Amino acid sequence: MLELIVISTLNGVLFGMLLFLLSSGLTVIFSMMGVLNFAHASFYMLGAFFGYQLTKWIGFWPALVLAPLLVAAVGMAVERYGLRNTHKHGHVAELLLTFGLAFAIEEIVSMIWGKSPVDYRVPAALDFPALTVFSTNYPAYKIFMLAISALIFVALLIALKRTRVGLIVQAALTHPHMVGHLGHNVGQVFMLVFGVGSALAGLAGVIAGPALVTQSDMAALLGPILFVVIVFGGLGSLPGAFIASLFIGLVQTFAVALNGSLASAFGPLDPSIGPSVLTDIWNVTIAQIAPVLPYVLLVFILIVRPMGLLGTRET
Amino acid sequence: MTSTVTSASDIAAKSSGQNLRFYGVWVVAAIALVALPLIFSSGGSLTSFSLIGIAIIFALSYNILLGETGLLSFGHAVHYGLGGFAAVHLMNAVTAHGWPIPLPLIPLVGGIGGLGLALLIGWVMTRRAGTVFAMISLGIGELVASSSLILRSVFGGESGISTDRTALPHIFGWTFGPQIQVYYLIAFWVLVSAIAMCALTRTPLGRICNAVRDNPGRVEFIGYDPHVVRYLAYCFAGFFAGIAGGLAAINFEIANSAYLGAVQSGMVLFATFIGGASYFFGPILGAILVTYLQLGLTSVTSVWQLYFGIIFIGIVMFAPGGIAGLLMMHRPLIRARTLGMVIPSYLVAALPTLALACGVILVIETVARYATGGGEGSIVRLFGIPFNTTAPATWGTAAVLVVGGFIVARITWRRITEAWDRAASIARDRGYLA
Amino acid sequence: MLKMTRVIAVALPMLSGAAYAQDTVKIGYIDPLSGGGASVGEGGLKTFQYLADELNAKGGILGHKVEIIPLDNKTNPQESLIQAQKAIDAGAHYITQGNGSSVGAALEDFVTKHNTRNPGKEVLYFNYAAVDPSMTNEKCSFWHFRWDANSDIKMEALTSYMKGNAAIKKVYLINQDYSFGQSVRTQARKMLGEKRPDVQIVGDELHPLLKITDFSPYIAKIKASGADSVVTGNWGQDFALLLKAAADAGLKVNWYTYYAGGAGGPTAVKQTNLDHQVFQISEGIPNSGNEAAMEFEKAFRAKVGLSLWYPRAVNEMRMFKAAAEKANSIDPVKVAAALEDLKFDVLDGGSGVMRKDDHQFFQPIYISSFGSRSEKEPFDEENTGWGWRLVAKIDTPQTMLPTTCKMKRP
Repeated sequence: MLELIVISTLNGVLFGMLLFLLSSGLTVIFSMMGVLNFAHASFYMLGAFFGYQLTKWIGFWPALVLAPLLVAAVGMAVERYGLRNTHKHGHVAELLLTFGLAFAIEEIVSMIWGKSPVDYRVPAALDFPALTVFSTNYPAYKIFMLAISALIFVALLIALKRTRVGLIVQAALTHPHMVGHLGHNVGQVFMLVFGVGSALAGLAGVIAGPALVTQSDMAALLGPILFVVIVFGGLGSLPGAFIASLFIGLVQTFAVALNGSLASAFGPLDPSIGPSVLTDIWNVTIAQIAPVLPYVLLVFILIVRPMGLLGTRET
Repeated sequence: MTSTVTSASDIAAKSSGQNLRFYGVWVVAAIALVALPLIFSSGGSLTSFSLIGIAIIFALSYNILLGETGLLSFGHAVHYGLGGFAAVHLMNAVTAHGWPIPLPLIPLVGGIGGLGLALLIGWVMTRRAGTVFAMISLGIGELVASSSLILRSVFGGESGISTDRTALPHIFGWTFGPQIQVYYLIAFWVLVSAIAMCALTRTPLGRICNAVRDNPGRVEFIGYDPHVVRYLAYCFAGFFAGIAGGLAAINFEIANSAYLGAVQSGMVLFATFIGGASYFFGPILGAILVTYLQLGLTSVTSVWQLYFGIIFIGIVMFAPGGIAGLLMMHRPLIRARTLGMVIPSYLVAALPTLALACGVILVIETVARYATGGGEGSIVRLFGIPFNTTAPATWGTAAVLVVGGFIVARITWRRITEAWDRAASIARDRGYLA
Repeated sequence: MLKMTRVIAVALPMLSGAAYAQDTVKIGYIDPLSGGGASVGEGGLKTFQYLADELNAKGGILGHKVEIIPLDNKTNPQESLIQAQKAIDAGAHYITQGNGSSVGAALEDFVTKHNTRNPGKEVLYFNYAAVDPSMTNEKCSFWHFRWDANSDIKMEALTSYMKGNAAIKKVYLINQDYSFGQSVRTQARKMLGEKRPDVQIVGDELHPLLKITDFSPYIAKIKASGADSVVTGNWGQDFALLLKAAADAGLKVNWYTYYAGGAGGPTAVKQTNLDHQVFQISEGIPNSGNEAAMEFEKAFRAKVGLSLWYPRAVNEMRMFKAAAEKANSIDPVKVAAALEDLKFDVLDGGSGVMRKDDHQFFQPIYISSFGSRSEKEPFDEENTGWGWRLVAKIDTPQTMLPTTCKMKRP
C-alpha cells in the first residue's frame, strides 16, 4: 500500500507539473487579455511537432531551445494579426477566433506530419533509469521533466515579482486599464505575454512529446483539462494554477490507483433488481471515472467559489 | 455590440405595422418546405434536407442563448442529446406497450427531455454570465458526455440505443418508413419551432433577454432579476434543442453518445456564429451552410476541417456579424438607394479575391496530397485542371495566385471600404443609417 | 486516397439523382478518412482498392468491374448512416466498414431497416473489422456478414493457447471502458476460469477510452499485483501509451493483445524494446510461412507501401467473387444466399466457413509475437526492423463458438 501511495504521488506530481507548464502561460494570457485561448493546447502540440522535427535535424538540445521560440513566434503572429484586430468585437469573438484556430492547427499538423503518431524519442543521454522506487524504475527523462517544470515555475515567479516587465504584467493582471492609463504600451506587453505564454506551451510540448504520444490529436486530449486547471486555481493567479495543477494531477493519479466502488464498499446489490441506472452507478469504480473528476471539480468550484481557489476577481 | 443594438431597435420599429409581412414570410417558407422535395427527390437530397432542418432548429435554439441573451455555451449538445435519448426511449416504450402515441408527437417528448435537464441544471449554471457560464457549460458538457458511457442502462454505452420509427401507431396511413415522410415531419417541426422561437423574441421575455445581454446592471435596477431571465432563456433553449434531438433520433433511429459530445456542441456554435447571431435568420443561414459544407466538403477533400477553421477564422475577423450581418449591412444602403455605389467595387474585388481563394485551396490540397504520400494518386483537380503535386509549375501557380491575389485584392478591398464609406455617409444624410 | 478532387465543383454533390451504369459492382467503403481515425481508414481504403484492382485485372466479378467508393464517416455512427445513404444513391448494393463497433451496430441496423422498407433495392453490409460479438448474436441480421473473428472467438483462441502454456500463472486484465473492452474482460474471466482455473486473475481494470495521457498509475498497479501476463484489447494511443509507461517503469510481463499490429502499434513496441514479449491474436500474419500469402504480401507492400493489416479483407473480396459466381448473379439477395455456409480457403492457408446461423466467418487464428526477425521472416513492420513471428495456430474447429442468433430471413 505504501508503495502504491509513494509511486502514485510521484506520478501525480509529474503529471501535475506538466499541467502547470501548460497552464502557467494560459492563465497569464487569460487574466491579462481576457482571452480564453482555445488554441493554447494547439501551441503545445506545435511545440511537440517542432521539437520532433528539429530533433531529427539538429538534435534534441538545440530543439529544446529553438522549438519554443518558434512557437512563440507563431503565438505572437496570432496575437498581432488575429487577436488584436478582433479585440474591438469583444471577448466572445476573440475566444471564437482561437476556437477556429485550434481546428485549423490540428488539421495543418496532421497534413504535414500525418495522423499516426510520430517516432519522437527520449534523447539517448537521458534514456536510462535514474532511480528505483520499490522496484519500479524511474526514467531519468521524467526527472528531467520534473526539473524543467520546477525551474520554469521558479523563473516565472522571479520574473513576475522581481523585474520591471513582471511588475507591469502583474499590475495588468488585476488592473489592465490602469496600466494602459499609466502610459505603457499595452499592445506590446500583450504581444510579449502571448509570445511567452505560447513559448511555455511549446516547451511543454517539446519535453512531453517523447514521454507521451506525439500525434495530431494530442491537443484535443489535453485542452479541456487546462481550462479546468486555470479556472480551478483562480484566474490570474500563478500560485493558484500551480496548486490546481498539482491537485488535479494527484486526484487523477490517485483515483486511478483506487479500486473502490459503491459495490465494494456496501456489497453488491440484490441481483433481482436487474440492470438499471442504480446498478451502473453502484458498480462503477473510482478508476473508471478518474478522467471525469476534473470536470466535477470544475463545476463544483464554479458553483461554490466562482473566482477559483486563489483568484481575486471574477471575469 | 453596435450591430446587436440596432437589430433590437430594428425589430422594435418593425413590429408595429408589419404583421402582414411577418405572416407572409412564414407562408413562403412553408411553401418552400413543401416544394423542395418535389424538385430534388433523390434519397441523398432528402437526407440532406432532413439534416439541415434539424440543424436549423438546433442552431435557432442555440441563438436564444448566444444571440438573444449573450450566453456563450460550450455544451449545448447535452440538451440535444438528452432530447434524442428521451425520444428513443419513449418510442421503444410505445412500441413495447402499444400506447396510442403517433410518431409526429415524439419530438415534443424530446423537447421535454431537453427542458427537463435545463430545469435541473440551468439554475446553478445561469447564476453568472460570461466566462463563468462558458466554463460551467464546458464542464457540464464533458460530464454528461462521459457519464453517458458509464450509465449504460440509459445511454446504451457507445453503441447507443436504436429504435424503429415504423413500429409506432400510424396515422393517415403514414408509416414514416420512407425518408420523404420523415422529411415532411421534420419540415413541419422546423416551421412550428421557428415560428415559436421567432415569436419568443418578440415577447417581453425576449426583449428583457436582450436587455440582460446588453446591460444586466440596468435590468436589475428596473426590477428584474437577470438570473431568472437567463434561467428562463436557458430553459427555452434546452426545450427547442431537445426537439431537434428528438427529430434527429427519429431520422437516424438511433441515439448515442455522439449526440451529446463536444463535436456536436462545437458545430452548433459554428453554425450560429457563421450565420450571424444578431439576426433571427442568421442561424438558419449558418445551419444550412454548415450542414451543407459538412456533407459536401467531406466528399471532395479530406482536410475539410481546415477549410472549416479558415472560414470560421475569416468570419470572426472580417465579418463578426456573420453572413446575416453582412447582408443586413446593405439594408440601409438599399433603402437610401446608394447600393449602386458599392456594387462596382465589389465586382472589381471579386476577381483577385477569387484568385486568392483558389491559390489558398491549391496550396492546401497540394500540400495535403504531397504529405499523405505522393504516388500516382497525387493529382489535384481544380476546375477540372489537373495539377501534379510534385511539379514545380503547380507550386509556382499556387504561389503566384496567393501572393499576387493577395496584393491586388488588398488594393480592391481598400476601394470597397472607400466606396462603402461614401455610400454610407449619403445614407446617413438621408436618414437611413444611424 | 481520393483521386478526383474537385474542390470548387462542390456544387450540389448530394442533390443529383442520376442513372448509373449497371455494369459495375460498386462497394461503398465507409470508414474514417479524416480526423483521428484517418490513418487506419486510409490504410483500409488502399487495401480495398488494391483488391478491387486485383479482381478487375482478372476480369472482375462475372465480367462486372469492381469499384470502391470511398466515404468518410469520421467514426461517427450518424455520419455513417448518411454516408450509407450516399453510397446507395450512387448505386452501391454493397457497403463495407470496419472501424468502430458503434458504427458497425448502427450500420447493421440501418441495412436491415433499409432492406425491409425498400424491397428490391437490398444492400449487403460486409463487415471486415467491427468485432462486437452482439452483431452476430442478439443483434444479428441476414444482411450482415462478418469476416473478422469477433472478440469472443479471439479470446477463445487465446485462452486455448494459454491452456497449454504453464508459465502463465497470474494474469492482469486492462481494457478500454466500452463494449469491446468489456467483452474482452468478461470473456477472459469466463474462458480462463473454464480452461485454466489455476490461473489467478490479479487485476481487472477498465480505463476510459482514449482519454488517458499517462498510464504510469496503471502500470504501478500492474507491478504491485505481481502479474506475469497482461491481456489487453487496447488499440491506438491507448495501446502505445500503455506500453510506453510499462517500458519506462521497467515492467517485465508478457502482453497478450488484440491490436498490437494496428497503425502505430509496431513503432510503439519497438520504442519500448520489448523483444517478443508482445503477442497478438489475428487471422493472419505476414511471416506466416505460407508461400502464396507471402507472395501476396510482397506484391501488396511493393504497390501500396503498407503492410497488409487486413488479410480478412482479402478473404472478403475473394469470397464475394466466389459467392457471386456460385449464384451466377451480382444481385445482393442471391449473393447473400450463396455466401451462407460457403467454404473458402483463406489467404494464410487452411479452410474457413461463413456460418449460416449467424453470418460469422470462422477461420484459423494465429498467435504471433513481435520482435527481432530470423531469416525465415522477411517482413518487418513500419520500418522498425522487427517483425511478427508465428507462435501458435489455432485451427478453425477450435474457434467455433455457439451463437444466440435467431436469424430472420427474407
